[in-house]
Amino acid sequence: MELTERGLAVQALSFGYRDRAVGRNVSFGIAPGEVLCLLGPNGGGKTTLLKTILGLLPPLAGRVAIDGEDLAGWNARRRARAFGYVPQSGAGQFPFTVREMVLMGRVAHRPAFAAPSAADRAATEAALESLGISRLAGRDWLRISGGERQLALIARALAQQPRVLVLDEPTANLDFGNQLRVLRQMRNLAGQGLALLFSTHHPEQAFACATQVALLHDGEAARIAPPADAITSETMSLLYGVEVEIVGVGAAMKACVPRGWSDGRT
Amino acid sequence: MALAVGAYPVTPGRLAALLWGKLRGLPEANAAAAVIFAIRGPRILGAMLVGSALASAGASYQGLFRNPLVSPDILGVSSGAALGAVVGIFLALPVAGIEATAFVGGLAAVLSVYGVAAAIRGRDPVLLLVLSGVVIGALMGSGVALLKFLADPENQLPAITFWLLGSLASFDRGDLLVVAAPVAVALLPLILLRWQLDVMTLGDEEASALGVRVRLVRGSVIAAATLMTAAAVAVSGIVGWVGLVVPHIARLIVGPAFARLLPMAALLGAAFLLLVDTAARTLGTIELPLGVLTAVIGTPVFLLLLARGGRGWN
Repeated sequence: MELTERGLAVQALSFGYRDRAVGRNVSFGIAPGEVLCLLGPNGGGKTTLLKTILGLLPPLAGRVAIDGEDLAGWNARRRARAFGYVPQSGAGQFPFTVREMVLMGRVAHRPAFAAPSAADRAATEAALESLGISRLAGRDWLRISGGERQLALIARALAQQPRVLVLDEPTANLDFGNQLRVLRQMRNLAGQGLALLFSTHHPEQAFACATQVALLHDGEAARIAPPADAITSETMSLLYGVEVEIVGVGAAMKACVPRGWSDGRT
Repeated sequence: MALAVGAYPVTPGRLAALLWGKLRGLPEANAAAAVIFAIRGPRILGAMLVGSALASAGASYQGLFRNPLVSPDILGVSSGAALGAVVGIFLALPVAGIEATAFVGGLAAVLSVYGVAAAIRGRDPVLLLVLSGVVIGALMGSGVALLKFLADPENQLPAITFWLLGSLASFDRGDLLVVAAPVAVALLPLILLRWQLDVMTLGDEEASALGVRVRLVRGSVIAAATLMTAAAVAVSGIVGWVGLVVPHIARLIVGPAFARLLPMAALLGAAFLLLVDTAARTLGTIELPLGVLTAVIGTPVFLLLLARGGRGWN
């Protein structure tokens, strides 16, 4: 696969741990404004792949590049200005305010010993504003809901002012309303020119906001294609071992329905 | 006020006159001046230094290990430093030598606790950390017991035993510099890294993804906090609970952000230990061991915090 000139390029990447490769030879590209949705079964290596792309785990082979620049040898600081990361669950144990939490997205933008500058604070407020959670700024991180926390983590990733946003199951543990809110924000962010990469357990979400889908099966990217081509009865059966029908909803949306359920047989 | 009370009481008026005289550089050659400037003054400053060192170290460990439960005591740093210091006393080293052996002991303890917890990789890293702290602490404690057994019962044994209970009774001007210098040296990286430490409370991966050089920051903070603990232990013995309880109270007041937490913990630690030490030397006819008093005060406060399950707990 060709390396995209702009945005994120993953080329022949093998990933995993020293004694155990989890995935091999994965290649794809995400241009600015595009959204790639990563689908795969539990334990299939989605999180490991995302962490390897972020540089949190060393790649076993292959390379990752942003805007044509190879990331090998980049330090944590430089990576943090290129990638915004929304982890599966924020691991905060201490009662920081939401504003303090989002402000932590700015550490890579100033010298290691420096206090936050006015620009850092402005970027923090702007990130809170753009996700519509300014009202939460003074709230205790440990006492807001899971959905609010997820939006705050996205705000923190935005405060990093990244070129690529990586979200690991951003809608896990969220109720229906919050899932839709997060997906809507992701569409907005892509519209503003960010390249987005996210993993999910819900194939429908690919129809809702992805331009490309990568199916991670047995450690390999079985298919990389637009949602309508990637998500079919056959691929879903291959990936998850269940029989589903892909049903059109309106002009652009589709849903995966277990075979037989839509007409009341079972 | 702490200057005035004690076995040799000095009236407030007399105290003010003495202090004023000292400021103007007048020579004062009487008993009250000697008590205040040679004995109580250094001891008061010593108590404040030790208190702020233990509280700052506790706040740092709590942030670094992402756990409001850890402290120099629980991580085994205190007992490691105590073992090192007892070795120093056993070898009849000077105070600076005792400080060095205490630092080595404390560092060895915290590294082995962290190493054991990291090597086991169990389901609950926090529990592992605390348990390995208890185990390593017990091992260090048995080392102390062995040295007590071997020590000369006439001179060394009483010195070791009294010192282990925690006391500032023999604190003098010379000790002041010995404790102030390492505390100042250790405080510097903690102050410089205060913003990075906030991010470290999110865990290694998140911190790294946010651009923090995790290994470097962790190494510096462990070294600094352990040096502070060792300096405190070397001059005052084991004064428990300060490093656990004081950072908690500070966090309740100013929140968890290290830029505000560190100065607040240092101030509260200084005030707390000054109060306790003043009580220790004035409450009874004999001087009470400092470590015993901090435990008596610290335990109920800790249990109260635990029962409230308030901010800072997860």
